[in-house]
Amino acid sequence: MGFIIGLVWFVVVIAIAMAAGLLFRFLMVQICPKGIAKEMRTAPMTASFGMLMILIYIIVAVFAPLIAPFSETEIVGREYDAWNNVNLLGTDNLGRDMLSRLIYAARNTVGIAFIITALAFFLGSILGLLAAIVGGWVDQALSRTVDVLMAIPSLIFAMLLLTIFGTSVVSMIIVIALIDSTRVFRLARSVAMNIVVMDYVEAAKLRGEGLWRLITREILPNAMAPLVAEFGLRFCFVFLMISALSFLGLGMQPPTADWGSMVKDNATLITFGDITPLLPAGAIALLTVSVNFVVDWQLHRASGLKEQ
Amino acid sequence: MSDQEILLTIKGLRIEGRADEEWLEIVKGVDLTLHKGEVLGLIGESGAGKSTIGLAAMGFARDGCRISGGEILFDGINLRTSSEAERRALRGKRIAYVAQSAAASFNPAHKLIDQYCEGPVEHGVMGRSEAERDATELYAKMQLPEPETIGFRYPHQVSGGQLQRAMTAMAMACRPDLIIFDEPTTALDVTTQIEVLSAIRDIVEQFNTAAIYITHDLAVVAQMADKIKVLLRGEEVEEADTRTMLANPSKDYTKSLWAVRSYARAEQPPVDSDVTPVVSVRGVTAGYGTVDVLKNINFDIHAKRTVAVVGESGSGKSTAARVITGLLPPHTGEILFNGTALPPDYRKRSREQLRQAQMIYQSADTALNPKLRLRELIGRPAQMYLGLNGKALETRTKDLLSLIELEPDDYIDRLPSELSGGQKQRIGIARALAAEPQFIICDEVTSALDQLVAEGILKLLDKLQSEFNLAYMFITHDLATVKAIADEVVVMKEGIVVEQGPKAQMFQPPHDPYTELLLSSVAEMDPDWLTNLLEERAGLTAS
Repeated sequence: MGFIIGLVWFVVVIAIAMAAGLLFRFLMVQICPKGIAKEMRTAPMTASFGMLMILIYIIVAVFAPLIAPFSETEIVGREYDAWNNVNLLGTDNLGRDMLSRLIYAARNTVGIAFIITALAFFLGSILGLLAAIVGGWVDQALSRTVDVLMAIPSLIFAMLLLTIFGTSVVSMIIVIALIDSTRVFRLARSVAMNIVVMDYVEAAKLRGEGLWRLITREILPNAMAPLVAEFGLRFCFVFLMISALSFLGLGMQPPTADWGSMVKDNATLITFGDITPLLPAGAIALLTVSVNFVVDWQLHRASGLKEQ
Repeated sequence: MSDQEILLTIKGLRIEGRADEEWLEIVKGVDLTLHKGEVLGLIGESGAGKSTIGLAAMGFARDGCRISGGEILFDGINLRTSSEAERRALRGKRIAYVAQSAAASFNPAHKLIDQYCEGPVEHGVMGRSEAERDATELYAKMQLPEPETIGFRYPHQVSGGQLQRAMTAMAMACRPDLIIFDEPTTALDVTTQIEVLSAIRDIVEQFNTAAIYITHDLAVVAQMADKIKVLLRGEEVEEADTRTMLANPSKDYTKSLWAVRSYARAEQPPVDSDVTPVVSVRGVTAGYGTVDVLKNINFDIHAKRTVAVVGESGSGKSTAARVITGLLPPHTGEILFNGTALPPDYRKRSREQLRQAQMIYQSADTALNPKLRLRELIGRPAQMYLGLNGKALETRTKDLLSLIELEPDDYIDRLPSELSGGQKQRIGIARALAAEPQFIICDEVTSALDQLVAEGILKLLDKLQSEFNLAYMFITHDLATVKAIADEVVVMKEGIVVEQGPKAQMFQPPHDPYTELLLSSVAEMDPDWLTNLLEERAGLTAS
């Protein structure tokens, strides 16, 4: 019986999600200017749903102080309070409001993940393209350094570096960005390798174009599709990495709220059959799935263009 | 031929292709009848639907295409209503296909003979050892060297022409009733083309195989086909047997195709010997690593003159261009520009020196950045070299577009993907002109284009030359192009200049033996040309 009820709930949730996605797409087509509206119309249901969820996350993160009923760090009640009318999702191990902390954590976790990914991409793609264009010893030096960095398991390496440099938000951003930029470097370099041999790059070199112009106008626009797809995926990995580090106590430091450490702090509740600690985990999962939906759509479009 | 029974009937064939959420008709009701042992030539420009019809004769449509109407009857079997399994049983066994690029169609990971045996063994025609014996026999018939052992090589270990013949042998493996040849010699040099053509013709005759021969080269189809069908934008223009078609085509379009080869530019007066040439290649020896691809090359190019550099692939003609542009510094020798030596490496040349020598590439698809609009593609050299900006740059870009006969306002904000092949090549020309150079290298600029389009490009280049006093170095393997546009000819073979001089002198005997071979290998429109040529050459070797 329980299984059937679960199944019904599952179907209902999926149906609501799809309906929400469709509605969102319809609204976007109506609101957006022509160019974007035309692209929106090609979005499948999954991608529309993904975009809707990402939009909601962004709104929540930006307007956190307005939405949250309590502040991030204020102690408002007893520890581990059950769900009630005042604290809608109960309270955590120190008696702070769970819902408010979930909302603030969106700001911290998503914001920092975005900064890290952007930094990793800036570093990784510029160096990758540079290695591909210049070649020779520059390529060798960069590639071998990256090989060495990639040889160390990323989580262990991050933990090691954070233990050495101390656990602040800034050092976490730099460490994860550095580690992730090695992956971006590999991708950017291999994509650019195929573009560098094209006649139009040769023509630009013969014209006497500088390195900066070669990278930004001749190569980067043609390497965009795989890089954008990788950006979405990398964002998810960074996100999980922050949560993992926070769970281990090396990421965001208390009392700052973030989803990973919220799972850790409230983990004991699971033994009592309470699903509250799963909420931040669910928030992570939902965002990851949403981002991947959108990325899949973009990937499909990019590869579809290649077929023509 | 028509006394033999009918093998293939196609009636009212319609094929649609998908583009931007819409189905567009690309083949619009084509009829076709083929008797046993008959060879039908399908000709037309690219986009005429030749290959699509060829594939449809196997009951196959490419990805993104669908057969939307008509009937395909192969020996009484309706290929449109039959199941996929039935069609698969026919393919390879009774209908075979020879693709344009054998190099891309062979699996590089397997030996030739393994790929040969796959078809007959899979279809249960013969056993493995029997198939191997048969392969050797067919390789010998295709005049491949060392037929006993060549099958045990990998595709990259044999030359392009040999690979194309190996592929034809593979198509013959099950002794099919019908073979579809899709431009089998387009990618080959003229001298190799002859070997492949004669091998294909012999084998088709010997086994009484019917064939559909797809090509855009009229002279080639004249040698191969019993009858010719001309296609234009998915529709039949006319069909007749080869001799009638060549002697008096009835439609205007066909006549225009026939007339293309007659274009030749006006004879130029000889250059005074005391004028400094624009570009002068002096004793250049160059190559990759320690291997010399070019050996002591010398030639001059004067203003308002076109020097055609001719040779087979691997003769070093493109390497010569790389040396002149500075991409490949020579081991010895130098490049003089208006009498002064250029630095061997392009990175050491001044912006002014770079501006003076421009290049137009063979494949406009890879030579134009697909993400930039024409405004930037053409405008960039003008902005860089001449310092134009804003309004002046826009005016200049539009002038350039008018020069290459494209409507400026209509085209300036397009992407390369929104242009046809010929238009892309024109953009390549405009980009070279934007730098206002004295000298342009044209690297096989017309070889990827249809004959009508190619003629348009040659005429345009000719017009621009007299307008701007340009000097051209024209790299090509097509002697028809040389006849049309060159003033002087440099014939290259294995990195050595075998013969050079004014065009008139080159096309008249006596020739260097290699030039003779090149010249006699250019296919002519006469249907007896190949037969006569082969007899003549056989006679020479016999005596």
